[in-house]
Amino acid sequence: MTSVDELKELARRCRVHIINMVHRAQAGHPGGSLSEIDLLAALYKTQLRIRPDEPTWEDRDRFILSKGHASPGMYAILAEMGFITEEDLKSYRVLGGVCQGHVDMKWCPGVDFSAGSLGMGLSFGMGSAIAGRLENSERQVYVMLGDGEIQEGSVWEAAMAAAHHELGNLNVILDRNRIQNDDFCETQMRMFDIPAKWRSFGWNVKEINGHDMNEILKGLDFLSSSNDGPSILIAHTVKGNGISYMADNPAFHGAAPNDEQYHQAMVELGEVSA
Amino acid sequence: MTKMGATRDGYGEALLHLASNPKVVVLEADLGKSTKSLHFRKAHPERTVSCGIGEQNMLLVGAGLAASGYIPFASTFAIFTERAFEQMRNGVARPNLPVHVCGSHGGTHTGTDGSSAQSIEDLAIYRTLPNVVVMHPSDTVSTRELTIQLAESKSPSYMRTARNKTPVLYEGRETDIKIGKGIKLREGSDVAIIACGVMVSQSLKAADALEAEGIHATVVDMHTLKPLDADLIDELVSTCGALVTAEDHNIIGGLGGAVAEHLVSNTFAPLERVGVNDRFGESGEADEMLEVMKISTPYIAAAAKRAMARKS
Repeated sequence: MTSVDELKELARRCRVHIINMVHRAQAGHPGGSLSEIDLLAALYKTQLRIRPDEPTWEDRDRFILSKGHASPGMYAILAEMGFITEEDLKSYRVLGGVCQGHVDMKWCPGVDFSAGSLGMGLSFGMGSAIAGRLENSERQVYVMLGDGEIQEGSVWEAAMAAAHHELGNLNVILDRNRIQNDDFCETQMRMFDIPAKWRSFGWNVKEINGHDMNEILKGLDFLSSSNDGPSILIAHTVKGNGISYMADNPAFHGAAPNDEQYHQAMVELGEVSA
Repeated sequence: MTKMGATRDGYGEALLHLASNPKVVVLEADLGKSTKSLHFRKAHPERTVSCGIGEQNMLLVGAGLAASGYIPFASTFAIFTERAFEQMRNGVARPNLPVHVCGSHGGTHTGTDGSSAQSIEDLAIYRTLPNVVVMHPSDTVSTRELTIQLAESKSPSYMRTARNKTPVLYEGRETDIKIGKGIKLREGSDVAIIACGVMVSQSLKAADALEAEGIHATVVDMHTLKPLDADLIDELVSTCGALVTAEDHNIIGGLGGAVAEHLVSNTFAPLERVGVNDRFGESGEADEMLEVMKISTPYIAAAAKRAMARKS
């Protein structure tokens, strides 16, 4: 069993990878990668039934990063788990690289769905969950959605259908970081009572602090133990979490740090001394 | 009396035939009674997924199933597949997942529902997507055979079927039907008419009319628009030297567009395109619509003469 301290250290190393990737590429999406990374670290390390040396193992659990632009976070955890190498991380956004700008199942081992266009992953996850059920498999499907993403109408087509089909093996983690591309969600499109929306669509709902490792583990237990229908973990997070000047700052949804900011980030992550 | 049938019925028969393969699953968006997937649903409810009136979700549920080793057949009206075009592009075609989409009730031939239901651009838009096979068969038998062959295909596909009945052409000729291979239904050396879907039988009638005037026309059923049977087109250029395309589809980007694209980069021959002339339809019976759109038999015959007159 991985301890909370080990998970925190894993997430810290992933944050270092994330900053390295976007700094090297001078492009990409650090904000949503930093908000999701504690969740990804715990999910990959404690929940997913996967085989890094056999990424296409048919009976693996599926993880679908529907907010596919937050790819540095996923590449970081894939490297830590051994699906790809740390050297591969240098290929982020580089011609021919396994780390395409948005996660791509055709390019990167361990990626189950080619995302990048919002509002698609939950439908794909629903298909994956139906496949698991048809095979009487115990495998679970996890889909990570962004909060801005649920402004896409197609998310609600899938939410309604998944509950109709009582897909207890389908689980969503919502990265509720409150910021989208242009600005705060509250400014761009108010979403009112998000938990009530999912409940009214027939989902099991739990809310947690998405940066508190103890709460995350309880939340993941909730997902794996709720089998009477689809379940959603609404994780309240901070966009850019872990880097002071990125935290809760819409400017770092899709912007890379400059050299000076990069240095500061590495200091804050404990990689170098000030 | 010519035997008649609707291509959508051929699709329904094929799904039932394919049911013996446990990997075949059927997805519906509340139009199974119309697209004819309902027969599969009745026989195999456990492998039929109702997606409600939600086409965007349906296509990606298909992608998830295909990525897990299943062979999903998803159908709705041709026009409603179009609202899920980006799902088809990004979630199906791009990862090259064999999801088979059937758009029924395509073209102005759909009739009295009017322009909102008459997809005249479906073949064009799906033809622009890498990896996607695009088909528009002409009769129930070929629709059945092509659908059965799709289950063995590793590529995603879009197939348009039609609501209304057309003559059955291939009874007893099932082995002639292969994805990507056009079929010569009639041979003549003066002009070649290349048609798809409901326009194949119209083209055969046009060839009869031309024959009465001493003009010998070849008629080809080009049921697969992509991959296009380029070898056959090259052969027609050399044997006939003048071509006509005929389709119940916008003249932009469909069969006529596909043939024109091939010709300009290869052996050139005069080409006349019969199709919907970049306008929307209206309510009318199927036969009336072919007249209103100027794509019925006399228009095909006239186009054949124009093409022949342009031979150098």
